[in-house]
Amino acid sequence: MSIAATKVDRPPALPRGWPRQRILGYALVCMWIAFLAGIAAYLIVAWNGELFAKYAPSYVTGLGVTLLLVAISIVLGAMLSVPIAYARMSKNRILRGLSYAYVYFFRGTPLLAQTFLVYYGVGSFRPQLEMVGLWGFFREAFNCAIFAFSLNTAAYQAEILRGAIESVPRGQWEGAASLGLHKLQTMWKIILPQALIVALRPYGNEIILMIKGSAIVAIITVYDLMGITKLTYSRTFDFQSYVWAAIIYLIIVETLRHAVEWIERRITIHLQR
Amino acid sequence: MRTALRIALAASAALLTLGVAQAQEKTLRIGTEGAYPPFNNLTADGQLVGFDIDIAKALCDEMKVKCTFVAQDWDGIIPALQAGKFDAIVASMSITPERAEKVDFTNKYYNTPPAIAAPKDSDIKGVTKEDLAGKTIGVQASTTHFNYSTKTYTDSTIKPYPTAQEYQLDLANGRVDAVNDDITVLEGWLATPDGACCKLIGAITPDIEIHGPGAGIAVRKGDTELVNQFNKAIDAIRANGKYKEINDKYFKYDVYGGES
Repeated sequence: MSIAATKVDRPPALPRGWPRQRILGYALVCMWIAFLAGIAAYLIVAWNGELFAKYAPSYVTGLGVTLLLVAISIVLGAMLSVPIAYARMSKNRILRGLSYAYVYFFRGTPLLAQTFLVYYGVGSFRPQLEMVGLWGFFREAFNCAIFAFSLNTAAYQAEILRGAIESVPRGQWEGAASLGLHKLQTMWKIILPQALIVALRPYGNEIILMIKGSAIVAIITVYDLMGITKLTYSRTFDFQSYVWAAIIYLIIVETLRHAVEWIERRITIHLQR
Repeated sequence: MRTALRIALAASAALLTLGVAQAQEKTLRIGTEGAYPPFNNLTADGQLVGFDIDIAKALCDEMKVKCTFVAQDWDGIIPALQAGKFDAIVASMSITPERAEKVDFTNKYYNTPPAIAAPKDSDIKGVTKEDLAGKTIGVQASTTHFNYSTKTYTDSTIKPYPTAQEYQLDLANGRVDAVNDDITVLEGWLATPDGACCKLIGAITPDIEIHGPGAGIAVRKGDTELVNQFNKAIDAIRANGKYKEINDKYFKYDVYGGES
């Protein structure tokens, strides 16, 4: 191969110059730089050390709440998504129908409405809940948020999982069967490793969506990053409280994006040439 | 080319006449929350009603301007005023130094004390810090009551809610042990079937530094002429009995408070 490779001519250099697209591209990049510089300049001008010292600790607390909420919900949702995805692919019509209805409901209604329903709706059934001993759980706003978010993300994750598993060609199943592998073995050793490569990016997106989606949780008195931002703004009427929140969200999302890319590079090492 | 010119001319003429028409019939847009009965509330069919609304209408009549109402979430009500979504806020907004940095206030148009409410079987005896130690207190966020609660009841857990309706729900189903809000708001709620769960514990002596001199009308900074008009109108309806008429429609006592 290396002998053949030396014989190949180098492709001709790309034409340079200033075609229209290039000018447009540079103009757009300049616009973005100007925009970011504007925000940076605004933050420098609006910098208020006293304000920062007073509210930075609560921002950190809020950030902690956001991260904890999303982390727990994503993990619980992932666990819950396995049986749902299984039911979605089942041959049993009742199971399939039920799981379809579940996914349909949670993907078709706003997270805001679901959270509100869980918190205030469940709250109005207090006597019944006390009877079965569940009130202690639903009394806490944080638990309600975890409950609603987990159910919501489980629906999305189940669909990601199902799509990924179905993307693996049937031939893989048949090949495994011909080698006498059990179905579970096939799933665990052959199908899932291939499916998870496909599922990785959608999973990353789902976590990012959850982080941004969690910003609504302040309506049920869980004060996450966004809730703290609103409180700060209502006390100071200083617009930079929102700019700071946006920057923190951006940093989280950017970190996650890079983490997902890193994982992808690691697990697709055998596909790279 | 000629037709284009003609269209442009016609358009600008139309715009001019529109501008003149607007100047003649001045409308004042008034922002309010619509979730704070009995002061301002939305009825089932989307009408704004309440003490604030009636007072605003009376003031507009007095000032001889046409008024329209805009319902706006409490958290964003001052930014919306600054962004020009409306020209004045009549929403039971307490006059506080922090707000006065961002908006201009008229004189107060009412002043009622804050109070604490709790479930009927509650063991809370009074409204001091000690009485409420270890309890969870529900309160509307971004209000003077929230500021007062976080500053005073440092041994209690303060839960901020987006509107009054939500803390009322949570007091009824037992997620909070007590709530803190304006006495008239709490009394109004306790009188309804939804408020049957709970009772008034007592009124809090207002802290002038936190609660301010009462509720005023907020306008954009520098809109002094409007402030003067409103102040004159408030004095006028106080004098001609219109204020008392509206007051008696909602309350058993005079909510204006002492002269100040």
